[in-house]
Amino acid sequence: MAEAALVELREISKQFAGVKALGGVSLSIRPGEIHCLAGENGSGKSTLIKVMSGVNRIDGGTVLVDGKEEPALDPRRAIALGIQVIYQDFSLFPNLTVAENLSIGAELREGRRVVSWRRMRAHAEEAVRQLGVALDLDTTVEMLPTAGKQLVAIARALMAQPRLLIMDEPTTALTGREVEVLFGVVREIQARGIAVLFVSHKMREMLDISERLTVLRSGRVVAEGPIRQFDEAAITRAMTGAELDEVAFEGPALAADAVPRLAVSGLSVAGELDDVSFAVGAGEIVGIAGLLGSGRTELALALFGMRPNYAGEIRVDGETVRLDAVRRATEAGIAYVPEDRLTEGLFLPETINRNIVAASLPALSRWGLLRGREADRVAADTIRAMTVATPTGERPVMQLSGGNQQRVLIGRWLLRNPRLLILNGPTVGVDVGSKAGIHRAIRQLAVEKGLGVIMISDDIPELCANCNRILLMHRGRLRGALPSGLPPAEREALLSERLRGLS
Amino acid sequence: MSAAAIPARTPRSGLRALLSRQPEWAVAALALGLMLVIGAVNPAFWEPANLFSLLRANVVTGILALGVLLVMLSGGIDVSFPAFAIAAMYLTIKGMIAVGYDGVVLPFVVATLIGLGLGLLNAVFVHGLRMIPLIVTLGTGTAVRGLLLGGVSASQINIDEMPQRLIAFANTQLLTIGSGDGHVGLSAMVLVYLLIAAGVHLLLRHTLAGRGIYALGGGEEPALRAGFSVRNTRLLIYGLAGALAGFAGLLHGSMIWVANPRDMAGSEIDVIAAVVLGGASIFGGRGSVAGTMLGVFTFVLLTNSLIIMHIDTTWQRVVVGLVVVGAAGITAWRDQRRQRGAGRGVGS
Repeated sequence: MAEAALVELREISKQFAGVKALGGVSLSIRPGEIHCLAGENGSGKSTLIKVMSGVNRIDGGTVLVDGKEEPALDPRRAIALGIQVIYQDFSLFPNLTVAENLSIGAELREGRRVVSWRRMRAHAEEAVRQLGVALDLDTTVEMLPTAGKQLVAIARALMAQPRLLIMDEPTTALTGREVEVLFGVVREIQARGIAVLFVSHKMREMLDISERLTVLRSGRVVAEGPIRQFDEAAITRAMTGAELDEVAFEGPALAADAVPRLAVSGLSVAGELDDVSFAVGAGEIVGIAGLLGSGRTELALALFGMRPNYAGEIRVDGETVRLDAVRRATEAGIAYVPEDRLTEGLFLPETINRNIVAASLPALSRWGLLRGREADRVAADTIRAMTVATPTGERPVMQLSGGNQQRVLIGRWLLRNPRLLILNGPTVGVDVGSKAGIHRAIRQLAVEKGLGVIMISDDIPELCANCNRILLMHRGRLRGALPSGLPPAEREALLSERLRGLS
Repeated sequence: MSAAAIPARTPRSGLRALLSRQPEWAVAALALGLMLVIGAVNPAFWEPANLFSLLRANVVTGILALGVLLVMLSGGIDVSFPAFAIAAMYLTIKGMIAVGYDGVVLPFVVATLIGLGLGLLNAVFVHGLRMIPLIVTLGTGTAVRGLLLGGVSASQINIDEMPQRLIAFANTQLLTIGSGDGHVGLSAMVLVYLLIAAGVHLLLRHTLAGRGIYALGGGEEPALRAGFSVRNTRLLIYGLAGALAGFAGLLHGSMIWVANPRDMAGSEIDVIAAVVLGGASIFGGRGSVAGTMLGVFTFVLLTNSLIIMHIDTTWQRVVVGLVVVGAAGITAWRDQRRQRGAGRGVGS
């Protein structure tokens, strides 16, 4: 390696309260490269980022910047050396304008006491100009969509003249199209000679954008090298330490005359859905793909009784039902797992057990009192059936990883013995290992319990690997289906092509 | 480069945009509407004597409200300021009587410093021990009031004992209309209020320390990462709020010619109501000096005009309660709608 590394970490170790987070990690980032740091939740990625940004003091090893040792790296020093971090939550001020968010950091760096709104505005205009994006400087950041907030965060970081930009899980909350815009921006940043460390656990993105890859597992580097040496299977193997079999799902053959679990015909909601008709058979997983605002979520909400003024007919197991309240939907055997499980689904500080039984309290009660032992038994069964990784159900749900939280939530609805399960973004923010586990559980449920499943997702491989059929949605209408029986790779290519064609 | 135009979810023009960016106008419109209604019910409302007394009634509530605004901007709440104000006032006047001092500047400095000290105590609890501001200020306020009544004195100091120059200062008038017995004057304390408001406005709007208060209201973690000293910001917020309370307390005593250690009990709700009415968010990060002053004006207008509208004064507390719930409800609804509006871009 002739070229000197911009940032080099040698044998970094770090412990938190006796627990080893990093055990001798070495990593080097060259000037102007796009480097991807991969690893599952808890692999040490975040700790490593905090070492480079000076937030975490290291217990052992050396940090070198431009070949010079940096024994006392703190956030100030890191910023002075040109290391900028864009955190997952962007660290913006939602109540302040875009202009102020872009420039307040510079005012602080320059040690100002009096702020000049004109100077701040000029600074913000420069930041936006440099990034080449259009942003309304006078709007407050909270009014921007996630992608806009991210651009503000990037623009702000660029104004600090960085040489290394660290982006922590930048694509988590973005749609496919927004990811493409982001990648364009990242390449542009690279073209200016700025190195980018992309932290992710999404395989496709890593292969797409990065030049070199480092994979962490349990606080150690388990693989590294130029990206062309890797494929998805290799990355997954490195991240999880196990081969994950993502084979395509083929549901049971449906008898032609079987009554479908769900039959929807002519479903319309003013401004949201337009004449949607489809059916989901017992044991079938039907995927719904579509772009932002396509009406996917609205369809799920309508089926869950949250669009009482719908027109059209909905039949569950051949019986016509009028789903004008959530209660009606649950009575009809429909369960919905929303995309934002943290705000819409789980009681985070409560125990796993209580979360599991939360939707089944009447069934578990006698004369208005909860039958405690029965509830515990049922919860324990669910923990086992959904393979939630926890020693006890008495632990608060917030201590679980994203994947396990999702299992708890799905398990809660399964307790009600639903006939139709609607999953919206079932593995958003879930790492690879747990993802495959969740997929396995869903398939098993469909087959064994004869559940009809509707899976709404942005994740093309997820849809292609798990669904019998995939329906395309656009502007509130169904725009055809993807044929089944294709190999997953071919299906993926076809689906992304069709999705692109919709815009 | 990708021409990624990110649509903001704010209306760009028209009345809604104006109200979205400068909610102060809504409060101003409300105040104006109220004035027209009250004036229509009883034309005596428009008489200079009434208008002057209204403005005079803005002064103490207004200065206290500016302190509460600082705390609310950072996402906290303060209920200790009435106790601090009265403690500063009572101790200062008691001290003046004890040493036989009669002056204006020094007493105000002392009262302000007493308030400052007590405010910094709040800051230590809130920042150092990571306690919830409501609980901290409930505790410090109650303790200070108790110490004052039990440890100092529970008896009222009447006009005959009050330092005369202090009273004379508070009685200064800016302009007078009429002459002889029928003359009415505008209290010069209104000017003091305006000067303090201008100072707080400059601090909030044009200093980095002031922007740090807004930043803290936007989020502690981002504020820390951006490089603000959250500790210093909290010391500034609670210290200044305490200092303003101390100053306002002495001014209050001087203006009513009585130093009563039991005074202002329960007035925290009035001041908080006025601040919330002025558009400050109960979640922090949003609010302005202009809005707060308008909120105070509207609040004083509303509560003081019940008499003039021939409504029994016992209804005043009902009005106060409704204002708090109504105004807080509206701002909470506004803030939630904003967040939901932005969140919609992510899903589906």
